[in-house]
Amino acid sequence: MANLKELKNRIASVSSTKKITKAMQMVAAAKLRRAQEAAEQSRPYANRMERMIASVASNLPSLDTAPPMVVGSGRDDVHLLVVVTAERGLCGAFNSNIVRAVRRRVIELQNNGKTVKLYCVGRKGQESLRRDLQDLIVEYVTLREFRHLSFANARPIAEQVSKMFADGEFDVCTVYYNAFKSVISQVVTDQQLIPVKLPDPEAVAAAAAETDEAADLGGAIYDYEPEENDLLGVLVPRNMAVQIYRALLESGAAEHAARMTSMDNATRNAGDMIDGLTLTYNRTRQAIITKELIEIVSGAEAL
Amino acid sequence: MADKVAFELVSPDRLLMSVQADAVAMPGMEGDFGVMPGHAPLISALRAGVIEVEGATDSPERIYIDGGFAEIAGDRLVVLAEEAVVVADMDRADLEQRIQDANAELAAAEEGEQRRLAEGKVAVLQEMLGVVR
Repeated sequence: MANLKELKNRIASVSSTKKITKAMQMVAAAKLRRAQEAAEQSRPYANRMERMIASVASNLPSLDTAPPMVVGSGRDDVHLLVVVTAERGLCGAFNSNIVRAVRRRVIELQNNGKTVKLYCVGRKGQESLRRDLQDLIVEYVTLREFRHLSFANARPIAEQVSKMFADGEFDVCTVYYNAFKSVISQVVTDQQLIPVKLPDPEAVAAAAAETDEAADLGGAIYDYEPEENDLLGVLVPRNMAVQIYRALLESGAAEHAARMTSMDNATRNAGDMIDGLTLTYNRTRQAIITKELIEIVSGAEAL
Repeated sequence: MADKVAFELVSPDRLLMSVQADAVAMPGMEGDFGVMPGHAPLISALRAGVIEVEGATDSPERIYIDGGFAEIAGDRLVVLAEEAVVVADMDRADLEQRIQDANAELAAAEEGEQRRLAEGKVAVLQEMLGVVR
């Protein structure tokens, strides 16, 4: 029979764990709200940028003269995967989902005879990828010291990726991140950054029609300054920073959502465990009392 | 035709301002230009410089941007700028830091367009240093 003292200690330790997970859940909930707000506020810029690019691209005389970032390097040999993960653990399968998707993709690419390079953003992804793919990691950026993500965090990453592309270090760049779908679901998303997938002008126009801005844009013919190709040449690298920023924000919101859910589960599990332990504790206590009574009674009878 | 321009300044982090103005002067990549109601549709890249807003209530008049893009359609003017600071809020130390950065940029810049832009940036900042105290 379990020792009463031992049981009591276990109950105490589980309930302090429960307090911790509960607190983590509440912190994650607060941070999630902030992350969602940040994502919300970054949307106008991204939308307008996308609209500009669509407008410029639809007016390009021909794609042949477009900047290399748009048309690609003409090869498909070296792939750069930008892996966005969290800085901290204890958020369920958040990090391992990304890592698993990346591993699968790496194997697939290598089987097709491609070279793969990895660019890790976030500590957790780097930690698990370096175990077996150490040789492929070319860069590792940690955002640990930043309490709030800002565009300034995304820009150096974009600049570095652009530079690597300009130096011919890779041909295709894809970013892997957890998209925030809802509080209980995060979707592993891969998005190709280079060559740029130009937004479809009609789709963008349709999206604009749903918001407020359709009226004064309808069919306007723009002047471009400088001319289209040069303009696209400056727009596209900036847009890449915007896309990376968006991936970081999405991933941030998704991380807090994932942590919130997993900490909620942990709190519930701890609660169940305390119930079970308390039951055993009470039973044991009762058994001991009964045993003592029997001893007294049989002792009295023996006299 | 409306007699005001709807001017919006957007940074990647948030919508910075949205006001009605009589006219807005922009530092265009290929020369400065003014935007008044009824301006022809235009998409232009912007260099580092100062945006001047005229005739808007509750709005700063001079805003420094670190380059960006402007889209003009009908009576709307949308400016996308990665960094924007109201000139009146700038202080000397901040400006000096910026000049230092710009000079470093200039030193690193290659010949041609990039160099021309970096030179322009240093010039704008130095001019501002003269005005700000």
